[in-house]
Amino acid sequence: MELTTWLNELLSDNLIFTPQTLGYYWEGLVTTTQLVFLSLLAGLVLAVPLAIGRSSGRRWISLPIYAYTYVFRGTPLLIQLYLIYYGVVFFDGIQETFLWPMLREAFYPALIAFTLNTAAYTTEIFRGAIKATPRGEIEAARAYGMSQALMMRRIILPSAFRRALPAYGNEVIFMLHASAIASVVTLMDLTGAARFVYARYYAPFEAFLFVAAIYLCLTFAILYFFRFLEKRLLAHLKPA
Amino acid sequence: MKKLLTVSILGAALVAGTAQARDYDHVRFGVDVPYEPMEYRLPSGELTGFDIDLGNALCEEIGITCEWIVQEWDGIIPGLMSRNYDAIMSSMTINDERRQTVRFSDPYFTPPSAWFAPAESDIDSLEGMAIGVQRGTLQDNYVTDLFGDVASISRYSTADDMVLDMEAERLDIVFLDYPVGKSTLLDSEERDYVVVGEMITEPKEYFGDGFGIAFRQRDEALAERFNEALATLRENGTYDEIYQRYFGEE
Repeated sequence: MELTTWLNELLSDNLIFTPQTLGYYWEGLVTTTQLVFLSLLAGLVLAVPLAIGRSSGRRWISLPIYAYTYVFRGTPLLIQLYLIYYGVVFFDGIQETFLWPMLREAFYPALIAFTLNTAAYTTEIFRGAIKATPRGEIEAARAYGMSQALMMRRIILPSAFRRALPAYGNEVIFMLHASAIASVVTLMDLTGAARFVYARYYAPFEAFLFVAAIYLCLTFAILYFFRFLEKRLLAHLKPA
Repeated sequence: MKKLLTVSILGAALVAGTAQARDYDHVRFGVDVPYEPMEYRLPSGELTGFDIDLGNALCEEIGITCEWIVQEWDGIIPGLMSRNYDAIMSSMTINDERRQTVRFSDPYFTPPSAWFAPAESDIDSLEGMAIGVQRGTLQDNYVTDLFGDVASISRYSTADDMVLDMEAERLDIVFLDYPVGKSTLLDSEERDYVVVGEMITEPKEYFGDGFGIAFRQRDEALAERFNEALATLRENGTYDEIYQRYFGEE
């Protein structure tokens, strides 16, 4: 109660930042966070097995995965989003399937597009890290008589994850910024809220500067999270 | 001598008066075509549309002749100032910025907005509906303020994106400028759409002042004559007849 009166007083001479528009920004923040977090999580889960497959010596495994990452890294995310959002409706009878309640909303097509996109990039990041495993570690693991699976689990993946961490942190930030295109398929994310306020009050500076500040704060949070992780997990690489 | 003076002054006033009136027994209108259904050309090349028909009816009511001069939109106000024509009747929205340069008649038309939905749908309340609008339009403001709390509103950059989602059944109903909705939905061959409810032109704070005829600032008398004629046409049914011709249900 106290908070609302304080907020109302603070906003009393403000034409643009009313409780209503702040509500839109809040809604946008929630949507953006959900979208980015869920797609990164799903992308990460997909990327680990894909990266292992991608670095496999068997071409029938690695080639299809290469084709997938090539296509999703080689086309703009905006195009992928359009294809998934507007493209699905050209399958006849999609409206009658069990998928439609999900695909009808803009959220799920966007989530699918973002997940597939980030999974492709993350796969390549992990593959690079797996490739860069020092030969000596692998030879030592073989000398201990470890099976391929055990070696992957105990030796290769833990060190590959550590090596991939800085690059993956970048991917997370890119994903946050890439999510700004979600508003083209009517999602009310942070950018969608800013576009709404801009169009309603003809105030591009206020609307977009405010939303830029929110993105900056989110980026800071991500940066510090990864800096903390790197400090913990890469401590052994620091000069003594 | 005094008498002569009076007569000559009277005479001069009379000549001046008739000269003033003779200026406008013929009015030239500037118009930018095409903008269907307000002003466009028939295949024969003849100008037609709501503005043209109403303008001609107004001139007839006033008892003057009129002529239409086609002018690109960019130069339409400069053309009025440089006397290429005497008035603009070309779907020009009345606003304060333009009022500084030109004198507007009373609004003669407010472009109607309308709700469009698939023909087979049966809508009696907007509660819980998925409504589509174009982002930042007056329709967006109207729907956001009136139904933002009870319905889910999707905002699109273009009307075409919105029509795609309407065909995909992502939207239940859309709120559009009537002419845009007519050309994109009612004339669509994919599915049958209908207008739900009445055309909407009120309240003014959302839908604006509408279109006015623009004159040069000094032609107050001429603007007044058009205002009177417009009032008469609204009363005697001529206005409604022209309105039905272009915006009536088919």
